[in-house]
Amino acid sequence: MNDVCIILFGAAGFDKAAQGLAGAGRRLAVELGGSLRAVVVGEGAQALAPEVARVADEVTVADQPGLAEYQPETCLTALAELCGTRRPRAVLLAGDTYSQETAPRLAHRLGGSAAGDCVEVRVAPGGMVRVSRQVYGGKAQAVLELKRSPAVVWLRARSFTPAPARAEAGAVTRAALNVRPDTRARVVERGREESGEARLEEARVIVSGGRGIGGPEPFESELKPLAELLGAQLAASRAACDAGWVPPTWQVGQTGKKVTPELYLAVAITGASQHMAGISEAKTIAAINTDPDAPIFKHCRFGIVEDYRKVVPLLREKLSALMK
Amino acid sequence: MNILVCLKQILDPEVPARDFRVDAARREAEQGSASLVTNIFCENALETALQLRERAGGAAKITVLSCGRPSAEDSLRKALAMKADAAALVVDESDATPDPLAVARVLAAAIQKLGAFDLIMTGREAGDWGAGQTGGLLAEELGLPCVSFVDTVEVAGGVLRLKRQTDAGWELIEATPPVVVTVTNDEHNVPRIPKVRDVMMSYRQPLTKLTPADLGLSDEARAADGYYEVAELFIPQKETRCDFVAGDTLDEKVDAFARRIVEVTRAL
Ligand SMILES: Cc1cc2nc3c(=O)[nH]c(=O)nc-3n(C[C@H](O)[C@H](O)[C@H](O)COP(=O)(O)OP(=O)(O)OC[C@H]3O[C@@H](n4cnc5c(N)ncnc54)[C@H](O)[C@@H]3O)c2cc1C
Ligand SMILES: Nc1ncnc2c1ncn2[C@@H]1O[C@H](COP(=O)(O)O)[C@@H](O)[C@H]1O
Repeated sequence: MNDVCIILFGAAGFDKAAQGLAGAGRRLAVELGGSLRAVVVGEGAQALAPEVARVADEVTVADQPGLAEYQPETCLTALAELCGTRRPRAVLLAGDTYSQETAPRLAHRLGGSAAGDCVEVRVAPGGMVRVSRQVYGGKAQAVLELKRSPAVVWLRARSFTPAPARAEAGAVTRAALNVRPDTRARVVERGREESGEARLEEARVIVSGGRGIGGPEPFESELKPLAELLGAQLAASRAACDAGWVPPTWQVGQTGKKVTPELYLAVAITGASQHMAGISEAKTIAAINTDPDAPIFKHCRFGIVEDYRKVVPLLREKLSALMK
Repeated sequence: MNILVCLKQILDPEVPARDFRVDAARREAEQGSASLVTNIFCENALETALQLRERAGGAAKITVLSCGRPSAEDSLRKALAMKADAAALVVDESDATPDPLAVARVLAAAIQKLGAFDLIMTGREAGDWGAGQTGGLLAEELGLPCVSFVDTVEVAGGVLRLKRQTDAGWELIEATPPVVVTVTNDEHNVPRIPKVRDVMMSYRQPLTKLTPADLGLSDEARAADGYYEVAELFIPQKETRCDFVAGDTLDEKVDAFARRIVEVTRAL
């Protein structure tokens, strides 16, 4: 079979990641000469389905009570069943937590090969699926050829352009599934810890702090007012998260959030490759750092070599005046 | 409580970008002057296990396992110095191409040979190829549930309480052992630094050495069932020229900086 199946979690809505996922799925389906099928799972799936149907040929809704809330084992079993019966050539997922943890195991159950955090998916001349992804903490780029079928790929989905709407919406059907809850591991409580109202991944301006900030207080007293002034979201380097100054959800980088803002202002962040891996798609990067040789400046459009403690208060004053 | 932690030895990921080279023809990174270290997330996993054992008043046994070149013994020795109880190395020289499924199969076979474990831990991903797959594939090979991005593990009445990180925050997961978890970093599992004396002592401790053949795995079977291959490996060139804002005083510099920021954000 030459079909492509994309998997979406209903709760996230048709956000930039879902749109990019559909776009990547459509282009791969065209290359393979197959159709694009979407499986929408969990709470919100029914509401999301019509939007997905505008870009996919077929939409399967899986929102049975046992799947409404994400439970790793139960959801995986359901997805393996839903994808397996149709033998797609590729299964694509976005880059959220659930997709990341699902992809390799789903590949295993389907007898396929998985790859993650891919920024390109295409079909090589021999018919194999090839993906591009960063490796070595963003220092190198690799092209991998997936040997088994299906290719199960989770994408850096916001890096892909959306799919064009179809003349005719695809059919929406509800999955006939017998969901048996797997209780060996189950989520019993959930908590939110976001840095602002909007999601960091969708932010257009980000103010990010690193180890050089020196503690949790300046995040609150210096960076937060600056971010508010700019309508920005706050973020951090791993070093600042590991120090416990800010929650882990703020981490940007290879193993944190992959963000795509118009402006990323890095304050007291060195710019290690693993950090830069999360902002390779930022339009403009600017930095405040005391060290003129900090690697961050190699990626900046503009920068200032000064102590942030001197710069930030003054910067707030100047910005307030300029933005009046 | 019987805990197993998988450790991978990798090229030091902290090596600066300017010193990093790849052999494009062989599709491998060059070691150059970089040292070999234990992947940080594996150390986060070991640290989490050590703290679990401490909270249990020592009533837990921690075994560390690695698959790799003979040099991976150093990672295991360091883990022993951090006070893991036992160590095993599957010496596998055949890692020309990184193949997460082949590695997961070796680890699964070794785990089955080493004993029965309640908790099997891996890092969320390795800092070299960053596959982020071994934990999940290992769980599938062993037929066990898997919880990813865990940063805290507690035991209460035979049930494991796992706190894990998600995009939006956290989840608390209850699991019945045995279970596989992949561990991520957080402020509480920053790996401890072993004492110099313990590092020296660790070289006198026993260490089990195995080969894939001992585990009934053959190179032929592996070659016949490849997962993926590296078709290309290169270093992307993308440097930007940075305008350092000019000015004689701090005020002038910050003023110029502020103007550049407004230029970018005004259009939004
Ligand atoms: C496998 C792996 C995955 C990783 N994933 C991530 C990731 O997802 N995200 C991430 O961020 N990191 C990640 N890292 C860690 C990364 O390698 C770096 O260690 C980390 O990003 C460094 O954080 P930092 O720049 O805040 O700290 P430091 O390297 O300590 O840099 C602090 C900077 O602040 C500057 N400074 C100090 N004081 C001041 C001052 N008063 N005013 C202005 N500037 C000042 C200094 O000049 C320096 O440049 C990962 C590492 C590994 C091995
Ligand atoms: N060769 C190996 N030996 C032991 N553990 C490994 C090996 N490869 C991967 N792992 C484990 O799997 C985790 C994720 O690695 P990866 O899937 O390669 O990104 C690592 O942090 C280790 O815990």
